[in-house]
Amino acid sequence: MSEETRKTTGFTRREVLATGAAAGAIAAGLSIAPGIARAAPKKGGTLRLGIGHGSTTDTLDTATTTDLYMQVVGNACYNYLTEVSNSGELVPELAQSWDVTPDAKVWTIKLRKGVEFHNGKTMDSGDVVASINHHLGEDSKSAAKAILEPIAEVKADGKDTVVFTMKTGNADFPFILSDYHIGIMPAKDGKLIDPMSGVGCGGYIIENFEPGVRTTLKRNPNYWKTDRAHVDSAEVLSITDVTARTNALTTGEIDAMDKVDLKTAHLLARSKKVRLEEVSGTQHFTFAMRTDTDPFTDNNVRLALKYAVDREALVKTILLGHGVVGNDHPIGRSNQYHADDLPQRQYDPDKAKFHLKKAGLDSLKVDFSAADAAFAGAVDAGVLYKEHAAKAGIDINVVREPNDGYWSNVWLKKPFCAVYWGGRPTEDWMFSTAYADGVPWNDTYWKHDRFNKLLVEARGELDGSKRRGMYFEMQKIVSEEGGVVVPMFANYVMGVSNKVAHDKLGANWALDGFRAIERWWFA
Amino acid sequence: MAKILKMVTQRLALGFLTLFVVSMIIFLGVELLPGDFAQEILGQSATPETVAAFRRELGLDLPWYTRYFDWLGGVVQGDFGKSLASRRDVSDLIGGRLLNTLFLAAVAAAISVPVAMILGVLAALYRNTLFDRTINVFTLTSISFPDFFVAYILILFLAVNWNIFPSISNVSSDLGFWEHVYRVILPALTLTLVIVAHMMRMTRAAIINLLASPYIEMAMLKGISRSRIVTHHALPNALAPIINVIVINLAFLVVGVVVVEVVFVYPGLGQLLVDSVAKRDIPVVQASCLIFAATYILLNLTADVLSILTNPRLLHPK
Repeated sequence: MSEETRKTTGFTRREVLATGAAAGAIAAGLSIAPGIARAAPKKGGTLRLGIGHGSTTDTLDTATTTDLYMQVVGNACYNYLTEVSNSGELVPELAQSWDVTPDAKVWTIKLRKGVEFHNGKTMDSGDVVASINHHLGEDSKSAAKAILEPIAEVKADGKDTVVFTMKTGNADFPFILSDYHIGIMPAKDGKLIDPMSGVGCGGYIIENFEPGVRTTLKRNPNYWKTDRAHVDSAEVLSITDVTARTNALTTGEIDAMDKVDLKTAHLLARSKKVRLEEVSGTQHFTFAMRTDTDPFTDNNVRLALKYAVDREALVKTILLGHGVVGNDHPIGRSNQYHADDLPQRQYDPDKAKFHLKKAGLDSLKVDFSAADAAFAGAVDAGVLYKEHAAKAGIDINVVREPNDGYWSNVWLKKPFCAVYWGGRPTEDWMFSTAYADGVPWNDTYWKHDRFNKLLVEARGELDGSKRRGMYFEMQKIVSEEGGVVVPMFANYVMGVSNKVAHDKLGANWALDGFRAIERWWFA
Repeated sequence: MAKILKMVTQRLALGFLTLFVVSMIIFLGVELLPGDFAQEILGQSATPETVAAFRRELGLDLPWYTRYFDWLGGVVQGDFGKSLASRRDVSDLIGGRLLNTLFLAAVAAAISVPVAMILGVLAALYRNTLFDRTINVFTLTSISFPDFFVAYILILFLAVNWNIFPSISNVSSDLGFWEHVYRVILPALTLTLVIVAHMMRMTRAAIINLLASPYIEMAMLKGISRSRIVTHHALPNALAPIINVIVINLAFLVVGVVVVEVVFVYPGLGQLLVDSVAKRDIPVVQASCLIFAATYILLNLTADVLSILTNPRLLHPK
């Protein structure tokens, strides 16, 4: 952990938000691998990516995007209102600037002028409003519906301005607009022309889209960004088998891949043609306990289970060192308001026993549901956990659930299960996605009055230092009273050909914050 | 000939009945799987509201029999419906994949069938010699390994170490014929290694079986050379069982190669089927399964017809 990641910008939150320049500044992500030093990007070449996701059922509609394949393709062909830059700051994209009322309720967004869609139409406020409405309304099947829920009204004010009115104050709203679901698409008469067409304002135009196989893209000659979109064309291949992906990279069939097999990463690093790139961001794994179900209703039982896991051992064995330990709350070290002064919870069987006794129990027997669909190695993590907890007199019975249907039948249903979170760029986003009372993904069914009160207050608070205090307290509450064990944060580990160069890698998501195609170039 | 035609017609009619039953079983099977299309597509991000909206849009809120007979009504008129995911016509979606699968099967068959036949005949000819044993050991070894392992071995030597062939079969429709062949050569070789033993052993056994019969002894007494006896006298009579085994293997090449497709990232029908089952995209699952079932039915029929043509006695079962 470098000190740099803790620094805040010199501005107050209000100034930063109001000017719209470099707003937010969630601290810089931690780029561990050196990468290639800054050199002027060169134009040309075809960048070929091999991605460990992708399915024949994929579509170009960003509303239903769920995995890295369509996230990367979407970020190449669509633009969003805002973007999280490679250093973790929120920067304007199709928005040019934004302004907010002091109660953080009304956001006025000025749009960039003269940006054209791939079909030649000029982007204006009508397109933005229709693109937002695509995710709202009763018939919406968008995965972004929940995060856009705070919007009371969105309307155009002239051709170049869009006004968002929130139900309650929301200081982080522009961050939400960078979400990969909310691509801006052309509209006609208030409706999107065709959300599956792949027509956006992005740096690359879809040439050929074969779901689950490949996507070929060529550079948008009218792209408005001058310092992006260096390669002439790109090919995104879906290679779900990790061995096939690794072979393709070492034999030069592709130029970069995501999700390196951690067990063989050290062998791959020996190759002269490729290098490993690693960033540590907000991706984390959790063991979620349903606080509405016995025995997890008792906070002492939850604390016992939190003390009964050896986090260092999990990071070493499951992540093979490619990650850091978690502290039982979902805020990553690269987040702006990460609570550094919160003591790291250690493996302590005696303390676990102590809390068990306080709960009036001599021993405890619980079922723990896991499957590799939750995250790679989840079942192994469960077995290790069982061994760790046995020393505290806790008997964890690891139930291997089927991968198929894990998210519909196990997650949110079983009392104790393994979960994967891609993480969110802001504290509010993460907390209100999975920890606020009554939200659909509150997988611990947790309800804490003080926490929920703070959540709403912090959301509407534009003063950075006050927010910091609130978010610190909230992390402490989740860590000490929440229903979730957060044993580890996992790095994004990628393999990249030495022919490829790039600037500092974004840590918010894999493959340079999904933006590899428009950010990378050939050295 | 009339008898054969009658048999073919009967078998085709039965085949249609089989397809109907298969489609029913598949549909019920997918229904029994936990979760439906809306939940699978939305995955972790499913909320009750979005799932309900999805179901309304796609008609998944209707009872299963209504959906099944709607689908069946379409199929009878030649309309296989639309993919639930992409809203594209299933026939569009499957067309290219089917061609890829058939192409790979054809290349693999073009290599493996002649190789297996020749090796089988040679093994029978030089029975119990070192040659025979070597061939047997080699082919039985390659069939005993799982196909992904054989694939990885081939990739290690031919792609990674010597860099002769590409490690992934990245094909698209704008490639020339030979370029296409070049890119599928590794999966085709893998499949060849996997199926050659079966066909080769059958050829050898069928011929050896006949070598003990009196007419072969007669031929030997007449002083005809061993190779001529095997190729001209034994082989034609041994064709019926060999054809059956070859055809079963051809059917395997079309329907059973999903593992090889995954290892070589080859966009064939198997991968499409697995994806569609995982996401419960029923129209695509149904169409792919019907193609697989029809492949088996037609190839089996072909095998029977060919067997009868080479051995008309089979028309009159005892």
